[in-house]
Amino acid sequence: MIEALFFLFAAMAVGAAINVLVQKHVLYSALSLIVLLVSMSGLFILLNADFLAVINVIVYAGAIMVLFVFVIMLLNLPEDEDGADRMRWLKFLGIPMGLFLLFMILATLWNAGADAGVQAQMPGSPEAIGRSLFTDYLLPFEVTSLLILIALMGAVVFAKKEL
Amino acid sequence: MIDYLTNRDFLLMVLRLVIVFGGLMGAFAYLSLVERRVMAFVQMRPGPNRVGPFGLLQPIADGLKFLFKEQIRPTGANAWLYLAAPLISLVPALLSFSVIPFGPALQVTDLNVALLVVFAVGSLSVYGIVIGGWASNSKYPLIASMRSSAQMISYELSLTLSVVGVLMIGNTLSLVKLVQSQEGLWLGFIPRWNIFLQPVAFVIYIIAATAETNRLPFDLAESEQELVSGWHTEYSGMKFAIYMLAEYANLIAVSCIATILFFGGWNGPSFGPDWMVMILPTIWFVMKISVFVFFYVLMRSTVPRVRYDQLMRFGWKLMLPVALANILITSLLVALS
Repeated sequence: MIEALFFLFAAMAVGAAINVLVQKHVLYSALSLIVLLVSMSGLFILLNADFLAVINVIVYAGAIMVLFVFVIMLLNLPEDEDGADRMRWLKFLGIPMGLFLLFMILATLWNAGADAGVQAQMPGSPEAIGRSLFTDYLLPFEVTSLLILIALMGAVVFAKKEL
Repeated sequence: MIDYLTNRDFLLMVLRLVIVFGGLMGAFAYLSLVERRVMAFVQMRPGPNRVGPFGLLQPIADGLKFLFKEQIRPTGANAWLYLAAPLISLVPALLSFSVIPFGPALQVTDLNVALLVVFAVGSLSVYGIVIGGWASNSKYPLIASMRSSAQMISYELSLTLSVVGVLMIGNTLSLVKLVQSQEGLWLGFIPRWNIFLQPVAFVIYIIAATAETNRLPFDLAESEQELVSGWHTEYSGMKFAIYMLAEYANLIAVSCIATILFFGGWNGPSFGPDWMVMILPTIWFVMKISVFVFFYVLMRSTVPRVRYDQLMRFGWKLMLPVALANILITSLLVALS
């Protein structure tokens, strides 16, 4: 049962991820991304990480993607707008970057293969996540919030040139 | 397979599903009648009273009419998304009822993050509106879905933040435990409901929930005077009915959450023989929800619609700071006590 659900969600995630890339219209890409996020939440639930799954849906699928869709509709981008010609050099940057990412993922999987059973037992309760965020991972947590604050301030500066 | 079908737990689960969703479907159908009749009384006209006694058979007549209406698809509409959009708005709306406790024994499933599940599926319900408006390939629905998505982002923040104070007092995310934490009385006559501890949060929750469910005075996505009928302008027959169903489901869902968080859920006086003790909590719960639903219907027929910029300013500059201040003060008091 769990295996069947895993393959269902995994197939949905991979299919949606591919669809994000191949769709010509940017709105359809955004909608595929939502499907991807929701199926990722399904995978989180199968790993006993209920809290993470729900937060993933609330923050990404429910808030950030709504913003994406809103902006796409507001700008009313025409179909098949091909900006790829101006960004041709990105292709050559993309291939090594993609290979590097693949290498990183494979390396992580290789190392994680040994104690995969232990990973599944990890408690995913809100208490456990809060405790580890404010003890073991306090510095990364604070640095991340600082990063988000900087991004927010940058957005305000861009939006209002004369403050 | 046979083991499954004769398993007592499995049969109980199926029974609960049938009671909860069967009851809800009936409630949705009759909510349309209640809404039309109550609004008619407020506006001093009789309302639909021809079909059956007091118009009680009206929902059935409406359902039949929806079934036999011609199915129209506008030219140039995206066929798949146009068909999927009503379902995308209905499924999240119904999903939230799978974790709502209607009584101590009447709950489909209990999760330790049940409240967050309700908010998560609630945040997905906007896509039904957005996709429907986009796929119709028509101007008014498109404007409606843009308004709806902007409104949803602005008010979801206040909605989620408003309940944080309640969670800190109850110290749990499980809806059942939140209800249990509100059992008993203060001084022998005041029920231990969270409304007395978190009145500000309650007001914010009710306002934000009105915006979430796209009802007056925040129904800019539907506003009949400017946008014909908003995002479901191009929908007819059963597809339109599914949109209405989702809207009523959302209305009942936010009423349920308001009851559970602020009005003690199924708690109430319990008396009589055993079967009454078993059934009374659900009756209290349904009565409390009905009060909220009635309040929303009355509000729809009395309050004028706000302007779009007023809506945005109100959401970001008043509701959000007040919700944040409420969290700060509550957490201080919780930490001190």
